[in-house]
Amino acid sequence: MASDARSAILGRIRGALRVPAERDDAHRRSTYEAIPRNYQQTATKPGEELLALFAHRLEEYDAGVQRVSSNDIPSAVAGLLGHRGRKRIGIPDDLPSVWLPTGFEFEKAAAFDAHQLDQLDGVLTGCTVAIAETGSIVLQNAAAQGPRKLSLVPDYHLCIVFASQIVETVPECFARLDATAHLPTTFVSGPSATADIEMTRIKGVHGPRFLDVLIVGD
Amino acid sequence: MRISLFITCYNDTLFPETGKAVVRVLERLGHTIEFRKEQTCCGQMHWNTGYLKEAVPIIRHFVDVYRDAELVVAPSSSCISMMRDHYLKAAEMAGDTKLAEDVTALLPRVYEFTELLVKKMRVEDVGATFPHKVTLHTSCHSQRSLHLGDIPVRLLNKVRGLELLPIENPQECCGFGGTFSIKNADVSSAMLAEKVRTVLNTRAEVCTAVDNSCLMHIYGSLHRQRTLVRTAHIAEILASTGGQA
Amino acid sequence: MSAPQSYWSNRSFPEAAKELLADSQIRRNVRHATDVIQAKRNRVVGELPDWEALREAGSAIRAHALEHLDEYLIEFERNCTRAGGTVHWARDAAEANRIILALIQSHQAKEVIKIKTMTSEEIGLNRHLEANGIRPHETDLAELIVQLGHDKPSHFVVPALHKNRQQVREIFQRELQLPELGDKPEDLCAAARAYLREKYLRIKVAVSGANFLVAENGAVCIVESEGNGRMCLTLPDVLISLVGIEKVIPRFRDLEVMLQTLPRSATGERMNPYNSIWTGVHEGDGPKEFHVILLDNGRSPILREAEARQTLKCIRCAACLNACPVYHQTGGHAYESVYPGPIGAILTPQLHSMEQGRTLPYASSLCGACYEVCPVKINIPEVLIHLRGKVVEQDQSTLGGKLGAWNIGMQAAGFAMGGAGRFTLAQHMGQLAQKMFVSKNGFIEHLPFMLSGWTQTRDLKALPQQTFRDWWAQRESAASGPGKAEKGNHDGE
Repeated sequence: MASDARSAILGRIRGALRVPAERDDAHRRSTYEAIPRNYQQTATKPGEELLALFAHRLEEYDAGVQRVSSNDIPSAVAGLLGHRGRKRIGIPDDLPSVWLPTGFEFEKAAAFDAHQLDQLDGVLTGCTVAIAETGSIVLQNAAAQGPRKLSLVPDYHLCIVFASQIVETVPECFARLDATAHLPTTFVSGPSATADIEMTRIKGVHGPRFLDVLIVGD
Repeated sequence: MRISLFITCYNDTLFPETGKAVVRVLERLGHTIEFRKEQTCCGQMHWNTGYLKEAVPIIRHFVDVYRDAELVVAPSSSCISMMRDHYLKAAEMAGDTKLAEDVTALLPRVYEFTELLVKKMRVEDVGATFPHKVTLHTSCHSQRSLHLGDIPVRLLNKVRGLELLPIENPQECCGFGGTFSIKNADVSSAMLAEKVRTVLNTRAEVCTAVDNSCLMHIYGSLHRQRTLVRTAHIAEILASTGGQA
Repeated sequence: MSAPQSYWSNRSFPEAAKELLADSQIRRNVRHATDVIQAKRNRVVGELPDWEALREAGSAIRAHALEHLDEYLIEFERNCTRAGGTVHWARDAAEANRIILALIQSHQAKEVIKIKTMTSEEIGLNRHLEANGIRPHETDLAELIVQLGHDKPSHFVVPALHKNRQQVREIFQRELQLPELGDKPEDLCAAARAYLREKYLRIKVAVSGANFLVAENGAVCIVESEGNGRMCLTLPDVLISLVGIEKVIPRFRDLEVMLQTLPRSATGERMNPYNSIWTGVHEGDGPKEFHVILLDNGRSPILREAEARQTLKCIRCAACLNACPVYHQTGGHAYESVYPGPIGAILTPQLHSMEQGRTLPYASSLCGACYEVCPVKINIPEVLIHLRGKVVEQDQSTLGGKLGAWNIGMQAAGFAMGGAGRFTLAQHMGQLAQKMFVSKNGFIEHLPFMLSGWTQTRDLKALPQQTFRDWWAQRESAASGPGKAEKGNHDGE
């Protein structure tokens, strides 16, 4: 039955496209390679400008942004959590402990179910790569990031981004992701938002309502 | 230059003044105008309404009439866009390779009126005087198919005494669309109402365009509403040397 | 089992449009929303110097994928399956509904949470599930408004843009039993958040569509704003994604183009708040079971002709709706289809083999605004004309159509345009015939039959007594005679 549908659909497609009996793979590859890609694929901005652009884009999304050196991560984390009034913070199991300040409850939450995650005040993660031009942070189920739900259910997300992780353009981001493309991946560009009612942008519908980003110069 | 005027069927029938104005401007610039009386229509009405087969003989006729012309000019961007956007497709659809070759050979010598002046002849000042407040309706085909850009504006800016007034939402269609204005009369009228509101808001005395089709539509409402705003094809403004359109 | 009855009527576009044009509230809401999105879109598109190159690449990627659709679907199926997903194929709406219902029933689920998906609207999934005792909950805010309001979507990206805040408040007050609810968008969002959060945490089966399928690695990509998508994609145990067969792209890196053009075109953002990309199932992250249903439902025949095939390049950004002056006036409901606007005007008649929506190809002034903004360069006016050709062909195959006013008029005009002698005769006949319609002021204010549409709101200038060609002939004869040629009479009318 299912395979009937499969062969029927593929048959219809081949009939409509007038596909020859012998398909030529080389032809498909060469026409794919011939797709014009004259768009920008490499960075044009010097490092400092890139970081400033990334910070500026995030601010436009109403995300909080701070730039710190790597030694100052714990104190900056403490400052932001204190400012936001968040105490119980979920973290991925492999989050570097050197990032963590004292005076807060950090809980390894990768195995939490949705209800447990819902009880947290926030979540602290790293990221895989970030895009300056669009102000995006890309999270994968990889080092210091944990499963997707971890950065979704809690109402507050604090993300640590290293300068070396920031690229300028979307194509550079995809070049970096290529090796780990099979991992669950989430692009986050600002806090959850909607404009469904009269095109008025409202922050925080279902995802975290608050997003802070620490940009760490290495 | 010896320039063959393709007046277009509706300008011939409804707007002879536009044709006279084109002749006057080009003769003033020292060119010789010819009018091939075998000409009829570009085929746009049939093609755009879906009468594709019926458009082919009209296209063939056009190509036959102008085959040996040095240059062809038409005071209508929509007719020129019909030729550039659809003639080859029509020839292919009809399986007529000869027609396709003829179209390819002829079309580089066919120009819209303002395009001919600015792009081909490199003239912006045609020696016109028109002491009136004018607004420009940028017709869809002139912008999205012919990509005339600021060509009409450059010509109007060189007209003595003319004050060009900007219009809100210049990119928006007036709602004519050929048979659309009849098949979807209600929607077309609603689009027109917005366009006319923006025309009136400019406080211009005259609304101009490179297409009389849009102007006929816009004037239809301006006249129904008993406003005093007139419409005039850009050729008529460029031909003017005195105080009247 | 047949597909559930569609709630779309088969009114013609002009009939439906007439009714909507009379609703000034809808027109104001639509106008406001499209103006805002258009302005945002123009700003973020304008800041990219390589926008045209991105359109070019996006168009070529989509066209290439369609030309090799069978191969890429097989490649997607292989890689999705290898990553732990299950791929199903559905020839039509009924088959897709049957597969989805069976999957839900196999988990004894009584409720499902849904991400906005046009394909689900297309197959009437919600009605099918309800008829079988399963309650679907729409989680996109706008879809929730549409669902609770027993309404129909009018836009792909902002399905409830025809409703304003007061109307949304009324719906929520009534349906969510919140009599005290205010009408600030923040209040309305908060009500939706509270209502849906409980469902995300409890319901175990989710249904989604997808924006892209990646053949190379079996990945699925979903683009969204609110986080409702991420909730549905990651919290339930079972995820069912219903996806049109045309949604496949060859390689992962092709997303580098699509994820630039789609958000900027759709919502006018540089990137929408969330994009999710995943392959199959992943231990400890997301659903334990993942199903993709590849839906044909009338798509494969659209591949036949190159001109029409470009319709399937569509990535559902709705930029053409926002740019369309016809959509601005009528909103989406006039199209009587889940796919409204210019893209709907070409997609709907093709999905339904031209049986429905015969008036849709004419629902455009061919102004070209849609083509100009399309991020994958679908030449919508060209396809509209192609489809008008099909409508005319169908008409001409019946006696009634042959004898219809349009056909006779067009045949007569075609005959007249065939030669200058006939054309001149027709001009002179027109000058004579109009006499009974021309008013004292020299204008035509009333026309009969199908032409009356013009004179509802517009006067028509009467034909002048001298055509251009008559003037030219007179000038020529004057020039060949004694004296100088008359260089034109510029008295105006």
